[in-house]
Amino acid sequence: MIRGRRVGLLGGALFVLLIWLIVYPLVLVLLGGFHGPEGWTLDYVRLFLHRRNEAYALWGSLWISLATVALAGAIGIPLAFLFWRYDFAGRRILGALVALPAVLPPLVGVIAFLFLYGESGFASLLVQRLLGLEQPPWRLQGAGAILLVHAYSMYVYFYLFTRAGLASLDAAVFEAAASLGAGRVRTLQRVVLPLLYPSLGAGALLTFMTALASFSAPYIFGGGFRVMTTQIVATRLNGDDQLAMIETVSLTLVALASLWLLRGTRGVESPAGGRKGVAPALVPIRRPAVRVAIAVVGWSLALVLLLPHLTLLLVSFVPAGTWTTEPVPPAYTWRNYLTLIQDPVRARPLLNSLWLASAATIAAVLIAVIAGIVSVRRRERVGGAIQGLLALPWAVPGTVFAIALATAFSVHAPLAGRFILVGTLWILPLAYLVRNLPITSRAVLAGFRALDPALDEAAATLGAGRWRTLRRVTLPLLRPALVAGASLAFVTAFGDFVTSVMLYTYDTRPISMEILSSLRQSDVGVAAAYGVVLMAVSAAVFAVGAERRNAG
Amino acid sequence: MPFLRLENLTKRFDGLTAVDDLSLSIERGEMLALLGPSGSGKTTTLRLLAGFEVPDGGRVWVEGDDVTGVEPVARRFGMVFQHYALFPHLDVGENVAFGLESLGVRGGELARRVARALSLVDLAGFERRRIAQLSGGQQQRVALARALAPEPRVLLLDEPLSNLDPALRERTRREIRELIRRVGITTVFVTHEQDEAFDLGDRVAVLRAGRLEQVGTPEDLYATPVNEFVAEFVGRSSSIPVTVLGPSDRGVRVLVEGVEWDLTEGVAPSQLQGTALMLVRPEALRILAPTPGALMGIVVERRFTGSASLYTVATDGGTSLEVSGPPRSVKAGDRVGVMPSRRAGGGVHLFPGRPA
Repeated sequence: MIRGRRVGLLGGALFVLLIWLIVYPLVLVLLGGFHGPEGWTLDYVRLFLHRRNEAYALWGSLWISLATVALAGAIGIPLAFLFWRYDFAGRRILGALVALPAVLPPLVGVIAFLFLYGESGFASLLVQRLLGLEQPPWRLQGAGAILLVHAYSMYVYFYLFTRAGLASLDAAVFEAAASLGAGRVRTLQRVVLPLLYPSLGAGALLTFMTALASFSAPYIFGGGFRVMTTQIVATRLNGDDQLAMIETVSLTLVALASLWLLRGTRGVESPAGGRKGVAPALVPIRRPAVRVAIAVVGWSLALVLLLPHLTLLLVSFVPAGTWTTEPVPPAYTWRNYLTLIQDPVRARPLLNSLWLASAATIAAVLIAVIAGIVSVRRRERVGGAIQGLLALPWAVPGTVFAIALATAFSVHAPLAGRFILVGTLWILPLAYLVRNLPITSRAVLAGFRALDPALDEAAATLGAGRWRTLRRVTLPLLRPALVAGASLAFVTAFGDFVTSVMLYTYDTRPISMEILSSLRQSDVGVAAAYGVVLMAVSAAVFAVGAERRNAG
Repeated sequence: MPFLRLENLTKRFDGLTAVDDLSLSIERGEMLALLGPSGSGKTTTLRLLAGFEVPDGGRVWVEGDDVTGVEPVARRFGMVFQHYALFPHLDVGENVAFGLESLGVRGGELARRVARALSLVDLAGFERRRIAQLSGGQQQRVALARALAPEPRVLLLDEPLSNLDPALRERTRREIRELIRRVGITTVFVTHEQDEAFDLGDRVAVLRAGRLEQVGTPEDLYATPVNEFVAEFVGRSSSIPVTVLGPSDRGVRVLVEGVEWDLTEGVAPSQLQGTALMLVRPEALRILAPTPGALMGIVVERRFTGSASLYTVATDGGTSLEVSGPPRSVKAGDRVGVMPSRRAGGGVHLFPGRPA
């Protein structure tokens, strides 16, 4: 290893920065819940424990998350098997379409569902007309509505993880099972599923944590049904800051406990040490009746999955105030999109989100690169701690971080490391940054780990100093990882709703808040147009990622 | 004064001593092989030379300069890495230019020197090729050209042939030897293959557990190994416990599995008493019909090696002996006798040994 006290100092500085940004606000929230106007107290804990709706909200979060895992698994796993074990006409296109819910940021997915299945949504009105009902056939509200949106947006995790797991299986495993006389069912039970456990476990964990942290769906569709994330925001809006902190602590504990309980789903290590043989061949489906059935089911499914996207697109062309009771909007216009660009008031959120997300992304990439140099390249002693800190925000729901940052940075106490950032331009980029650190650093650190350390040494023997090595060797080779980390971070920050709703100011209102206020003013066209913009940006990022994967 | 000198180098990792008080001198233009099994400290020694590791004790001198504390960047040692470590995002020419640019070489001069380095390794005109388009052997030559282009003071090679197909190794070995002779650069290379060390090295340093066991020309090492380890590691041999009976008129008299043999060997008989370990090269033994005075045994294996065959004989005393002999003289399962060959000269060595 190359000596360098400066790298050690850099590592120390980064460690302190991460403690200050991530751990410190959480600790302040933890303490804040036990501190009233008259000093230390357990009053708020007692209040929390006595109020029945607190228990309901916590229980609601938990069971909704578990039910989401069950539903998403029930949809995603069979779909992955269908598309990646069997061969039939249209498999590739359908297989790609099935992943499309991933390009809808949470809030955008929710409003698309509103336009589609809400009280005056296309689907609702269509069914109402067809059956000649007085009322819409259903109400998109409560736990059922939340679960519907969750299942739709999160089965993709199971689908993608199962697909990756299936693709990594060695064909020889199937052949070995067959040669040992195992039929299809026994092969599935005894061989394929156990080998998929790590993938399925990862999918379940991601789904659970996302559902637990979910805010948009419960916020818009919850009605009287509260989960902890919406409960926290409501309490906070009531002005019961300490109670909100206790709620925050309870949600954090549930999240961390779940993570700890689910960490065991790692599964068996492959004895081949990561090397694999040939990917299993797809099983062709030959019976014509089955082929037709699969095609029909597949395409109808794709249509159902695509309906929210199409709805959003359609509504984005609806002029304000023209669509009331008709099942299909009577008029269309480009005006909504022009408004986004031309009207300075309307264009503001777009610009805001652009710079907020860009600033957060640049900072996240910078931190991730420094973390990579310190912890992967130089293996400084603080490296492990830095990697742990960077991963921590992943386990903590966004609402929790919003509260924590709002708590930490609403007080002026420079000696305690606290500054008034709430209400300023800086709180949102900071919040986005903290939330983005896990995804960005994961991609960037993986890139660092894939670099051969000998390349650095080779550059050194060729007389290249640290800067030249970084500029000419390390960064160019890291580019795919940097692009991946940056684009994922940008998309998340660009469409963020959960932290923005608590921390935005009028001057920094991001797109998500503008979507919400447009909806409130029944300006559905503009809301949808913003949604389409978010969707398009996500889609572009995913398309670039997919292309690089195929190319590589 | 030697050109390159390692003086009492010591390096510990987490309490494990990887290199233990190692001293070596290398003359200008000499090729030195660091030979040893894995874990012998040969790679760590090379990395100490390159400056990637800082020694816990000792110094490194080049031309009378102490470079122990000099960073690799400033050391001007060229290195060829085991997996070459070519920069995959740069083309062949940019890779070779990399070190020259560090020296401030620019423009036409840069292009000329890159071209010269490439033609040195028979890759003239390869400047704009991508690294991924090259074969393993070509990549190795680019790595050599890249290391040599800035005209370093010392060339370091880490297992230079381990990444090549066996078929390509021998040819590449010849090419490397020829190239380094032509450039005349002082070279240190690491290998765990005795063939490679003997073929490329002017001298070979045998390392075990971080210590230097012996350094010398290949001929020296083969003919007069200083201990059992070097004798076994360098070339084929079989070992048999013996009892030294005393000097004879020709050399020394030993008792081997109840048979008396009269040996001529390098170790002075006075140094050895009682039990000893005898190491015998296959060519120092011969196979004959069972006769008194020979070790009796059964041929268990016969391997054809071209001009001769290598026989493995299991003696009645339970020792496995490798014996060289004319092809097809005996076959597996035959009962035979084994005797020292008449010109056993340098092929038998006695070391103070484990008790029989």
